[in-house]
Amino acid sequence: METKSKSGSVPFVRGFVESVRRNGGIIIGLLIICAILTVMSDSFLSPQNFSNIMRQITVNVILACGMTMVIILGGIDLSVGSIIAVSGCLCCGLITNVGMPSVAAIPISIAAGTMVGVFNGLVVSRTTIPPFIVTLATMNIGRGFARIYTKATTILVDDELFTFIGSGKIFGSIPIHFVYMIVVIAASALILNRTRLGRNIYAVGDNRQAASYSGIHSGKVTLTVFIIMGFFAACAGIVSSARTFSGQFNVGEGTEMDAISAVVLGGTSMSGGVGYLSGTIIGCVVIGVLNNGMNILGIDSSWQYVVKGVVVLIAVFIDYFKKMRE
Amino acid sequence: MPSVSVLLEMKDISKSFSDNKVLDRVRLSVEAGEVHALLGENGAGKSTLMKILGGIYSRDEGEILINGERADIHDVVSARDHGISIIHQELMMAQHLTIAENVFMGREIMKNGMVDLAEQERRTQEFLDKYGMGLGAGTQLRRLTIAKQQMVEIIKAVSFGAKIIVMDEPTSSLSETEVEILYDMIRTLKKEQVAIIYISHRLNELYEITDRTTIMRDGEYIGTVVTKETDRDQLIAMMVGRDLSSYYTKNDHVQDEIVLEVRDLSDGDRVKKADFDLRKGEILGVAGLVGAGRSETMECLFGITRRKGGKVIYKGREVSFKNPVEAMEAGFGLVPEDRKKEGLFLQSGVRFNTTINVIPQFMKRLVWNRSREDEIVEEKIRDMHIKVTGPEQTVGKLSGGNQQKVLIGRWLCSTRSVLILDEPTRGVDVKTKAEIYALIDKLAEQGLSIIMVSSELPELINMSDRVMVMSGGMTTGVLGREELSQERIMQLATMEVTA
Repeated sequence: METKSKSGSVPFVRGFVESVRRNGGIIIGLLIICAILTVMSDSFLSPQNFSNIMRQITVNVILACGMTMVIILGGIDLSVGSIIAVSGCLCCGLITNVGMPSVAAIPISIAAGTMVGVFNGLVVSRTTIPPFIVTLATMNIGRGFARIYTKATTILVDDELFTFIGSGKIFGSIPIHFVYMIVVIAASALILNRTRLGRNIYAVGDNRQAASYSGIHSGKVTLTVFIIMGFFAACAGIVSSARTFSGQFNVGEGTEMDAISAVVLGGTSMSGGVGYLSGTIIGCVVIGVLNNGMNILGIDSSWQYVVKGVVVLIAVFIDYFKKMRE
Repeated sequence: MPSVSVLLEMKDISKSFSDNKVLDRVRLSVEAGEVHALLGENGAGKSTLMKILGGIYSRDEGEILINGERADIHDVVSARDHGISIIHQELMMAQHLTIAENVFMGREIMKNGMVDLAEQERRTQEFLDKYGMGLGAGTQLRRLTIAKQQMVEIIKAVSFGAKIIVMDEPTSSLSETEVEILYDMIRTLKKEQVAIIYISHRLNELYEITDRTTIMRDGEYIGTVVTKETDRDQLIAMMVGRDLSSYYTKNDHVQDEIVLEVRDLSDGDRVKKADFDLRKGEILGVAGLVGAGRSETMECLFGITRRKGGKVIYKGREVSFKNPVEAMEAGFGLVPEDRKKEGLFLQSGVRFNTTINVIPQFMKRLVWNRSREDEIVEEKIRDMHIKVTGPEQTVGKLSGGNQQKVLIGRWLCSTRSVLILDEPTRGVDVKTKAEIYALIDKLAEQGLSIIMVSSELPELINMSDRVMVMSGGMTTGVLGREELSQERIMQLATMEVTA
């Protein structure tokens, strides 16, 4: 039994060391940002704020995990923000307007949001239309339907389960958002590192033709990844709406860009074939800490956009020069 | 003999990348009107030397003389001003622009603040006519074959007034007839006293088109010889630095069992009527000109393209592979012709590339048996003598020969019965070639049946038990070992066929 536990822990340690080495640059960047914020604000480094950050980044982590797979595959998905609105608004509408119990409304809404992913996947895998265009279109369509369904108003929800999903705590003080993140990260990590599908995602993203010669059906891989992305986004929609106890037609607007930023900060190549989930997660933390820190410091929200954009630029430049030197 | 003058002289050129000395006091002397071959294995430093000449790399030591005068070449522009032009293996032109626009790219002729397209086309047309290309200067580049595009690039070089043109493996993507057109162009350039530095792996070509050959090895200058006065073995020996008496390894391992029978195979397009059978332990060579449908036949057999006619009998049973997965499950393997495009995942590591076909052997139900995967990879690295820093090294950074070994290694993981090798030694160095030949022989000994598609006749003749020759998508003959000769193969390969 001893040898078994040993061989089980060694790869984990090795994986951890590898990911720290790989993401060295961005980890140092994150530590610098944290150090500055700690000096500038007393409230930054507190358990309460830590828990705030965790809650604030949950949706982005869920989206960015799926987006990492999509981008490694050589694609992109701009529709995830709208999928959030579709599933979130539908769920609130079903509960409040239709009077459906939340246990039924939630899975139905998730299924509806996932269908957007299915549609994206079918079009992208069966045609040569670029995913950028396909998902740009479904982004607008999805957002439009969310507006129509909510009549551009806010649907309030009063439901126990829904409230728990949005702001519940487990084991006393741990926010339930923490659980969502762990589940999504673990599922994504398993898919990317422990399954044939994961290897195939890298293969198709690197060289589609070579993948087909090795018997990899790139259409199936593409479809599967877009469905996973749609499913994650639909779940994020429930979480987002539940946090505000309401379905708002503009929920999730712009979240696709935060997700893409996190993936890029994490060092995943936009041309596909290269990328790591660990980088993406650190990327999410960087964006989360920046948002949180700037709010604490009372920085004007217009400037917050500028700062976030500059940080992404710095990250890609560092990455670019690193590659140049090689 | 007309009087010749030394046009270009590179003296004692040295270059290091960090601590790695890639060129050590190399010299090269080229005369006007000469076609000068630069020969050496991959990694011998040919490309580096040419990049220094073209101003892409700077040199650490040494000097470059043009017409006896020191030339200050420090970047691409100064190299061009000295009349030096490099035709790269991968063509660097804009597909959606016209021939004239490509030729004048970056130095457009202006009139009233606008590009004077008419004048550009007129001047380009003069060049096109002069070299008998039969093309209109207003044609979009993407409408041309690769060969014609390459010639446009040469014309572009000439239009700059290039005196020294470097051609890096210019025939690697050309068919036989296209090669002839290229040779004609080279001969015209020769008459105009242009010097051509010709880099190629194909020894046959050197005899056909070059005057002298300079041989390099491991970043050092080995010697310069008159090509026609030096025989193949001498050239190879200078290139590899040892005697290659055991260049080809070939023993008879053919068994009685017929593994595969292919009857009148067609894909409704390029493959019209391929017909052959294959025994256990046999090496079947497949010969033919470019466009004869050899690779297409293999792709059809392997399930990459759909079969439209004929039948395939594998171990006594008729089979029909609808996709590569079914072929792989039956024990087939196909090492494709173009390893970068159809084979390798260049951004990924050696491990990833080696095991991609056999993932279920070490990854099941969310468990990754890493040590099992390590075993597979390490075995292939060891058996195939793949030179890597480790299993995670990026495949894109390996030399051509090592890349090919990785690709063959991948297919050895999953192939149990019939291994199809499409141009297995293309673009690999001589040493690796010898290793691949030895490997093929060993695989046949182990009972694998091998189909080897190749454009190199000596390779086919020396390695095959039998050779199937194709022309126009049809099998025009199958030659036994005792009937094999270059003449006989070419006769069948050029046979006119009507389906």
